[in-house]
Amino acid sequence: MSATSSFAQLTNATAVPWADVPEVPATELVSATAAELERGARICAWFGVPEGPGTRLAAVLAYDADNVLAVARSHPTEGSYPSLTPRCPQAHLFEREVWEQHGLRPDGHPWLKPVRATAGGAPANAEFFRVEGGEVHEVAVGPVHAGVIEPGHFRFQCSGEEVLHLEIALGYQHRGIEDALARGSHRATLAQIEAVAGDSTVGHATAHACVMEALAGVEAPLRAQWLRLIALELERLANHTGDIGALAGDVAFLPTAAACGKIRGDFLNLTALVCGNRFGRGLVRPGGCRLDLDAGRLAQLGERLDAALAEAERASAWLWDAASVRSRFENTGTVSLKQAGDLGLVGPAARACGLVRDVRYDHAAGWHRFAQAPVAVWPSGDVVGRARVRCLEIQRSGQMIREQLAGPQEGGMLDACPGPAPGMLAVSLVEGWRGEICHMALTGPKGAIRRYKIVDPSFHNWMGLAMAMRGQAVSDFPVCNKSFNLSYCGVDL
Amino acid sequence: MFVLDTITHRLRRGCETMAYPEGPPPPLPDRHGGSLRVDSAKCAENCDACVGTCPTQAIAPRAGRGVTLDLGRCLFCAACVEACPTGAITQTGDHRMAARTREDLVLGEEGREEVRLAAALDAKLRRLLGRSLRLRVVSAGGCGAEEADLNVLGTIGWDIGRFGIQFVASPRHADGLVIAGPVSRGMELALRKAWDAVPEPKIAIAVGASAISGVPFTGNPEVLAGASSVVPVDLFIPGWPPHPLTILDGLLRLLGRLENDRFSPPAGPPLAQGS
Repeated sequence: MSATSSFAQLTNATAVPWADVPEVPATELVSATAAELERGARICAWFGVPEGPGTRLAAVLAYDADNVLAVARSHPTEGSYPSLTPRCPQAHLFEREVWEQHGLRPDGHPWLKPVRATAGGAPANAEFFRVEGGEVHEVAVGPVHAGVIEPGHFRFQCSGEEVLHLEIALGYQHRGIEDALARGSHRATLAQIEAVAGDSTVGHATAHACVMEALAGVEAPLRAQWLRLIALELERLANHTGDIGALAGDVAFLPTAAACGKIRGDFLNLTALVCGNRFGRGLVRPGGCRLDLDAGRLAQLGERLDAALAEAERASAWLWDAASVRSRFENTGTVSLKQAGDLGLVGPAARACGLVRDVRYDHAAGWHRFAQAPVAVWPSGDVVGRARVRCLEIQRSGQMIREQLAGPQEGGMLDACPGPAPGMLAVSLVEGWRGEICHMALTGPKGAIRRYKIVDPSFHNWMGLAMAMRGQAVSDFPVCNKSFNLSYCGVDL
Repeated sequence: MFVLDTITHRLRRGCETMAYPEGPPPPLPDRHGGSLRVDSAKCAENCDACVGTCPTQAIAPRAGRGVTLDLGRCLFCAACVEACPTGAITQTGDHRMAARTREDLVLGEEGREEVRLAAALDAKLRRLLGRSLRLRVVSAGGCGAEEADLNVLGTIGWDIGRFGIQFVASPRHADGLVIAGPVSRGMELALRKAWDAVPEPKIAIAVGASAISGVPFTGNPEVLAGASSVVPVDLFIPGWPPHPLTILDGLLRLLGRLENDRFSPPAGPPLAQGS
C-alpha cells in the first residue's frame, strides 16, 4: 500500500467516518490523486459533495494489488480547480459530471460537455468533435437504434469507410436516481436501484445492500451472502451467453446466435427459479436476501445449470471452430494494454486487454472472500479477446456456482438492517458482469443519506469503445459495440 | 470447421420452438405468482394493512371497505399479498394480464376483482395488421429488462415471426411502437418524432410498469408518467418486466388471435388494394 497521507484507507464494503477522511485544498487533491494514479492506483469514483456555497471533491481510488481502497476529499471549493484529466484521462467523464452536477469547473479539461443534462426534450449535447477535410464525412446514429436496445447517439467522423473518430453522447435515459436517493431513502428506492441497469439487477442491488449494511455496521447473514454470489454469477452467465450469441449474429454465424439466444433464456429462468423474476428483482435486500433456496429448488438449480452449461460450451465451440468467425473477430476493434490502463477500463473489456483486474479477486467482499475463481484474462485487446474472456468466465462462473451448490451455507437469510450511522462514508464494489459496480453513500448528522453516488462499469468503458473504433470501418461498429455491450441507462442513471 | 459440421450442429438441435399457443403455455416460474386478484368483499373493515407496504403506491383504500390495486403500477413484489390478514389479495398464477385501457388494470371494485383482458383491435385494423404486424421498439428511460424480454420473443424458443409479428429497424417501416420505460425527459422529443414517423393507421403498446405509469420513478422531475404522456396507448402490458409469455399473450389478444383463449388463425382475407 503506497497511498500518501492525503488518503484514508478502507476495504471494500466498509465505512469510514467522513470526519476522518483527510481534507486538502482542491489543487492538492488533484496532484495527490494524479501521483497515486501514476503509481498504479485507479479511479473508482470522483464526485462532488455540496457543502455550504461550495462543493467538496472526493476521490475513491483502488489499489488492486494491495486489495485496499483509498479516499480523500478537498476543502469546500467554489468556481474552478485545475483539471485532473490532462494528466489522467480516466478522470475525463467524472470531471464533466462534477461540473454538470455542482458547477465546479475543471480548468484545462480538454472536452468539457454535459453528461446527462436535458433541454427541450433531449440531452443538451454541445457541439460534437468534427474532423474537417474534403474526404471527410460524418455519420450520425441514434438515439433510436435499429435493434431493440436503449437510446444513445453515436457521431462518427469518417474518411471513406475508415472511422477517424467516434464521439458517444448519452443522457437520454436519465431518470434522476441519485438525486432521488439524496432526498432520502424512499419506498421505491430498492426498485429504482434494481432498475439502474436492468440486466445488472443483482449486481446493483448487492452493491446498494452492502453500502446500507456498512453504514449500519452490520453484515448480512452468511447464507444470504452465499445466495447473492450464486445470483450474481447466474446474472453473469445469462448476459455473457447472450453476448456470445449476439456477437455470432453480428458476423452472421447463425447456429451459435440461435442457440445462445435460447440458452441465455435458460439461465434467466434459473434466476427466476430462485426468486420468481428472470432478472433477480426482489431477491437482494439490505440485511440479506428475501427468499431462501430450499433443498428441492437447489437440486433443480444444479441439474438445469449443468444442462445449460453443457449447451453453452457446445455453442461457443462451434463459434471458435469457424474460420469465418475468427477472421472477423481477429484484429477488429483493438484497444491496447496502455490505452485500457489510461482510460481506467474495468470488467471483461479491461481483462481482454491483458489487465488483471477483477473486484471478486482484488477486493473480495461477501461470499467472494470464501469462493474465488482465477481471473479470466486474454491479451489481444480485440473482439477475440472480449469474446474469449466471456467464454472463460462462463466456464468459471458455472464451476463456481456448482461448487457453492455442493456445499450450501446454513443459517438465516434476512436480518433487520438498522438505520445508517450519522456522518459515515461507505463504499461498496461488486464485479457485475460488465465490470466494477461502485456504490457510495454519505450520511448527514442525523443518519439520513446526504449524497449517493453510483458508478456503473459502463461509465468507465464507453471511451474504450470509442478508441476501439479508431481506424476501423464503420461497418465494424455493430460487432465492436456488441463486444463491449455497455449500458446506456447505467451511465444515465 | 467444415460447412457440413455447422449444418449437422444445427440439425442436431432440432426444432426448439415451444408448442404454445397451439399447445399449453410454458409454466411461469412458481415464485412469479402471476397476476393478482383483489376481493374487496374479503377485506376487514377499516383495514389498510396492504396500503403502506406497496413500494409504488399502487393500492388505495376504497370508500367504505376494501382497496383498489392498480396493476399498471404493480412491481409484483407480493408485499401486499403477504401483508393481507384476510386473503383478500391473492396471486392467480395467470400469465395473462394485458389490457386495452388503464381502468381495466384497476382491481378491487365489485365485479372487477381481476384484470379485464384486452379485446382485439377493430375489424378493419385486424384485417390490416392481423397477418403482419411490424413494430418499432422505443426505449424511453427503459432499464433494459423490458428490452431484453422483447428480444427474447425473437429467439428460437418463442419465434414471434410465426405470428407475422416482427420488430423492425425504422419507425417508417412499422405499424406501431412498443414503448419501454417511464419516458425520460431526454427521450421525449425522440419518442414524439418516432411516433410521427410511423404511417397511419398505427398503434402504441406500453410494455412494463414504467411505460404504463412511470413507476418506480414517479416524483422524479426527470421522467414523465409513462408512454401515455406522449402517445395514445392501445395496449398496456403489466410487469416488472412482463414475462415474455405475458407480452406474447397481449400481442396475440390485440390481433384477435386468442379468441376464448384458443389460438385462431388471422381474421378474414387481407384487405383488397385501395379498400
